[in-house]
Amino acid sequence: MHLIWIFCVYVIILFVIGIYCILATLNLVRMLIGIEVLMKAVTLLIIVAGYASGRTSLSQSLVITLIVAETVLIAVAMGIVLSIYRHTKSLETGSLTRSKG
Amino acid sequence: MAVIDELILFMLAASALWTVMTRSLLRSAIGLALTSVMLAILMFRLNNPFAAVFELSVCAGLISALFFCIITITEPMTPEKVREEGGARFERFRYLPVIVLIVGIVLRILTVKIDVKLPALEEIVDVRHFLWGHRQLDLIGQIIILLCGVFGIVILLKEIRKKGG
Repeated sequence: MHLIWIFCVYVIILFVIGIYCILATLNLVRMLIGIEVLMKAVTLLIIVAGYASGRTSLSQSLVITLIVAETVLIAVAMGIVLSIYRHTKSLETGSLTRSKG
Repeated sequence: MAVIDELILFMLAASALWTVMTRSLLRSAIGLALTSVMLAILMFRLNNPFAAVFELSVCAGLISALFFCIITITEPMTPEKVREEGGARFERFRYLPVIVLIVGIVLRILTVKIDVKLPALEEIVDVRHFLWGHRQLDLIGQIIILLCGVFGIVILLKEIRKKGG
């Protein structure tokens, strides 16, 4: 079997797991965990692309940028989740339908 | 591709599945850290040591600590409530292992030969020289993202303090 394709299979599997988690869960923290799993799939794809094309320095610099963006995204999202929890005393997505705006 | 690589890939997918399927949020966070560790090992094996160090320290360390903090602050459900809600959760997530299994089997049977010809680029082995010499815009982007993050968190904390006081 072609080497890159084996990695691509696992990238797609991680992507399916992340998307399913975001769609099926009703908990905001678990939704963030789903986004993290999606990010892992993207990271793996960049690493495999860099390895296959022989440009590991480019892939590493892209992954470092991605990790910085991921960390900031999660930190800000957690701040928003905390703010929602202080307002509604719940982490369920259903509680958001009662918000103004 | 060595057998160990495929084993690590399998463990990566299995830990991601466990992260999503497990009932407790704390176990989910631990599973996420485990997924990051597997990815970091894979990065080391695919000649990406700098990215692996970042993945291990930031994703498996810092982000997991952030998740533990938020789970502790938001008072997770009691074990009794988790057991009560478990049935409904199982209803929603019962299709996931089946979907993953079907997707995995179908994709393994459908072997697509990816033979992409990318434009040639001079290979600079050291990532530090590459990042500082060729990707300065990325660094500027990273600084802007970090500042945006800090600004967002400061505004959120200010709002929370206003509501509290």
